[in-house]
Amino acid sequence: MNGDLREPSAREPLAIRLASHGVQVAFIFGVLFLWFLATNIWRVSSILLPNPVDVWRQLIEVIRTGEFVRDLRITLGEFAAAFVIATILGVAIGYVISRSRYLIQVFEPLFAAIYAIPIILFLPLYVMVWGLGPPSKIALGATISFFPIVLNTVVGFGNVDRALIAAARSMGASNLQMFRHVLLPGALPVVLAGLRMGFTVALLSVIGSETIASLAGLGHRIVNLAENMEMARMFAYIVFVIAIVAVLNAAISTIEAYARWQ
Amino acid sequence: MTAAEVAIRVRDVSHQFGEAGQARHVQALQNTSLDVHRGELHCLIGPSGCGKSTLLSVIGGLTTPTTGTVAIGGKPVRGPMPRDLAYVFQENALFPWNTVLENVVLGMKFQGVPKAERQERARRALEAVGLEAFAEHFPGQLSGGMRQRAALARALSLETGILLMDEPFGALDEQTRMVLGEDLSVLLSRSRKTIVFVTHSLGEAVFLADRVAVFSARPGTIKEIITIDEPHPRKPSFMTAPKFHALRDHLYGLLHDEIRKSMTETAQARRRYDDTAESPAATPPKSNGGAA
Repeated sequence: MNGDLREPSAREPLAIRLASHGVQVAFIFGVLFLWFLATNIWRVSSILLPNPVDVWRQLIEVIRTGEFVRDLRITLGEFAAAFVIATILGVAIGYVISRSRYLIQVFEPLFAAIYAIPIILFLPLYVMVWGLGPPSKIALGATISFFPIVLNTVVGFGNVDRALIAAARSMGASNLQMFRHVLLPGALPVVLAGLRMGFTVALLSVIGSETIASLAGLGHRIVNLAENMEMARMFAYIVFVIAIVAVLNAAISTIEAYARWQ
Repeated sequence: MTAAEVAIRVRDVSHQFGEAGQARHVQALQNTSLDVHRGELHCLIGPSGCGKSTLLSVIGGLTTPTTGTVAIGGKPVRGPMPRDLAYVFQENALFPWNTVLENVVLGMKFQGVPKAERQERARRALEAVGLEAFAEHFPGQLSGGMRQRAALARALSLETGILLMDEPFGALDEQTRMVLGEDLSVLLSRSRKTIVFVTHSLGEAVFLADRVAVFSARPGTIKEIITIDEPHPRKPSFMTAPKFHALRDHLYGLLHDEIRKSMTETAQARRRYDDTAESPAATPPKSNGGAA
């Protein structure tokens, strides 16, 4: 037997990982401590920056009374619809484009150019067409997250190693087998990265557009509280949204890791 | 071996990439004809860019030639013929997301082998190349030599009469390719397959082949076919025999001028490419290789 096994890539030593986690935790506590100093010692106006203790109390109340449920349901519903629409359209259209060199030549630069435009500027148009309710948020979120998804799908499926495709073809792979065993696994890492980006921008655009023009939703609630000068409660909602986003991100990371492993 | 038993018949195959007059136009093959006999190992050797890999791809049905025909066992080639021939590629074309065993099994699935037979045949093929202990490894965990063994196992498991090998050991170091060459010679003497083997190594060609087709510089065509009259399996001692050196020197003599020509041709082509980048109506490349 010639040739030897390559070393399995060494994992980062535990000490280094613990140390970096320690720094991350210390950073968060540092920010909280500065917040505390700013409100209690340096006496920053509570209209600009409410006391963290007040914010905590408000947060407990928001959760205890369950008043967040309706807004959360609306925002998550809009986000889910936007992301699902963008994923279905982005992956399907991206796959079709990736099958033809001509289509790639035409559409890849076009989509890349549109992707660079701040599409949120078209929100007034979306509101005129779809109204102030959830449909305009869904349409905008879907539009914005469509582009990273379609672009990565085109690149992912378009750049599968040609040698692998030729090998499968020479062994008689059917179109379905080619897709299932060669194209899909070959494209998956890049497509997943696109879905990840689409996920993030869909969430940003839904919440962002709620803060600009809407009737309900977490973004709407936050702006509303700001307009009523209920700063502690507004901050409580911001903390709440951050927590929700962190949970969603953890969830998609888990799904992504599982898909990659598969 | 009777000359009547022709496994692969290549007739007047020419192939060009791009249209004449375009900057990227390349006449890769010109009026090439070749008969590969059943059970022989036929090497194709020639300067880089002479079209030897293109010819292999045409035989394998992966490239449709501009003109000319290929027939396998009398059947004209119109596309991949997975039941008749298996391919071992230049770069390793193993699926990186599958283990070695899964790669072999998947090849048979593509080819249409019944599910019940696949595992057993895969085990046997891996044993034949000495990789049975690495069945559950992923290609990325193997050395280059082991990856090419795995690719060979995948091709062997398909149990085709013909094996096409496109510089299968090209990316390996000298020692590894010598050992793999010996193993291949032993393996082939047992399996009696028809093999077309593209290489740029003179030693490899003489060591492995029953016949060697020497290609001219681009546009490629077969300049001469030499016979290596030495029974398989060939021992490492053959490499030090006077006969080996005489054949190798003869081959080098045939190739030497073609390699010079191909180097000049490449330099000219580059200059021409630079010219055509400015004026698209430049003349197409002139042929300067001898026709067979």
